[in-house]
Amino acid sequence: MLNIKNLNAYYGKSHILQGVNLIVNEGEIVSLLGRNGVGRSTVIKSIMGMVKTDGSILFDGKQIIDLPIHQISNRGIAYVSENRDIFPDLTVYENLELGKKNNNSNIKWDIEELFDLFPNLKNRINVLGGVLSGGEQQMLTICRSLMGCPKLIMIDEPTEGLSPQMVNNVEKLLIKIAQKGVSILLVEQKLTIAFKLSKRLYVMGHGKVVYEGTPKNIKENQSIIKEWLEVS
Amino acid sequence: MSLEVLVFIIFNGLLYGMFLFMLSSGLTLIFGMMGILNFAHASFFMIGAYLGYQISENINFWIALIFAPMLVGIMGAMIEKYGLRNIHKYGHIAELLFTFGLFYIIEEMVQLIWGKTPVPYKVPEILNFPLIEISGMSYPAYSMFRLVISLLIFLAIYRVLAKTKTGLIIKASLTNPNMVAALGHNVPRVFSNVFGFGCALAGLAGVLAGNVIGTEPSMALLLGPIVFVVVVTGGLGSIKGALVASIIIGLIQTLTISMEYDLNSLINYLGFQIDINSTINHFTSLTLSQLSPIVPYILLIIVLIARPRGLFGKRDV
Repeated sequence: MLNIKNLNAYYGKSHILQGVNLIVNEGEIVSLLGRNGVGRSTVIKSIMGMVKTDGSILFDGKQIIDLPIHQISNRGIAYVSENRDIFPDLTVYENLELGKKNNNSNIKWDIEELFDLFPNLKNRINVLGGVLSGGEQQMLTICRSLMGCPKLIMIDEPTEGLSPQMVNNVEKLLIKIAQKGVSILLVEQKLTIAFKLSKRLYVMGHGKVVYEGTPKNIKENQSIIKEWLEVS
Repeated sequence: MSLEVLVFIIFNGLLYGMFLFMLSSGLTLIFGMMGILNFAHASFFMIGAYLGYQISENINFWIALIFAPMLVGIMGAMIEKYGLRNIHKYGHIAELLFTFGLFYIIEEMVQLIWGKTPVPYKVPEILNFPLIEISGMSYPAYSMFRLVISLLIFLAIYRVLAKTKTGLIIKASLTNPNMVAALGHNVPRVFSNVFGFGCALAGLAGVLAGNVIGTEPSMALLLGPIVFVVVVTGGLGSIKGALVASIIIGLIQTLTISMEYDLNSLINYLGFQIDINSTINHFTSLTLSQLSPIVPYILLIIVLIARPRGLFGKRDV
């Protein structure tokens, strides 16, 4: 579904991503691991067309590099940013409405289905996004992305700063999303969550993919964890 | 002050306020969405007035009322699409300089086409009569027509922003245009449309006011500062702020222009006297009506000191 080859990304004169290769298959949860600043979020932003890039990004067999952000989104890719980026002056309902779009995805979500997953959002439908708790805002951004019925959803640090209960809710939601056939590209720093949810993992260091494997492979390879993931 | 006079002042204040709103609502939306402080905004008002005059001369006022704002809107959208959008990557200073240059280009073009002297743009005959006459004062039918059109425009903007998906996209783009694009909405097109719509509103204000305040090449320069006062006082990017600030400035300016009180009357009331030959008398004898033009700027300073983001603004000036 998503096939990235030799992706380079730049912030001004800084060469951030240096030849990243990555694949996400249909209905798969793939995690991008690595320490802060190695370029994990930049991979997602590059796919979304928010960063100056070169290389190849094929989605459903078609090149999407250099397309404008909205066209990439309309191909069936959703992006949940690290900052959540809800619209604070719009209500929960209005935030969800903005997520709706027409694409050719076979995986459909409707508002009631999302409310069944998060009754809290239903209770707060007319509340402004800006007054929701961090966890509720996270739920809202994920649900807003799902309203567009994406084929691939890219989520940056979804459990950052959330309570254990909320982390649990996010995990359940991600499993449910994948069960419906939506692919997930997850940027996650909590190894336990990434190991539990992902089918495959990529470890990044210095703007490159330094290791690729299954959770089992990585757990068995302590040198990778020590060199690229552990924070001393 | 009699009740009749007060009613007339309120009507005139509302009229002036709604006129300012029509001019400033577009400017504040453009700033809120794109971060562009469009120096040339009042120039689109001037083009509206000139096109209103030209079309009225050649065809009639009603055709001008519809087509002149449309032409100004298309012109604005083109300038955004082929000018500002290409300059965007160089930052806001470049955009500001672009609109600054545009202001002068438009002024020169207007002078080349229509000359340096005012053009005889007249109020349409059918509306050129006093609608209300009380105690020797009259309220022209054309003023009431302008007030009604302004109110209708406000209701239309309110309805679009509050009740439609386009309104949602515009409001969301005010805070985070990149995320709106990531949700699949064509934000550059929305920017062009909002820029064009804002310019069309300024053009409409020009068609409606050009035949009252006079259509001449310096009209953009004269009106530009007050529009910025409205936008900054109301809060950059806030439509509600633009409305409230427009009405407040409209009412205060109309009220003060009809008041002949000066500081000397207060000093006399308190039992003191100012020598009429003294230097200080030059200042204390100034009447409120003489000070009226600077009242909006005093309001701006007070608002900025008390509330730097303006009345309803969410970002710093």
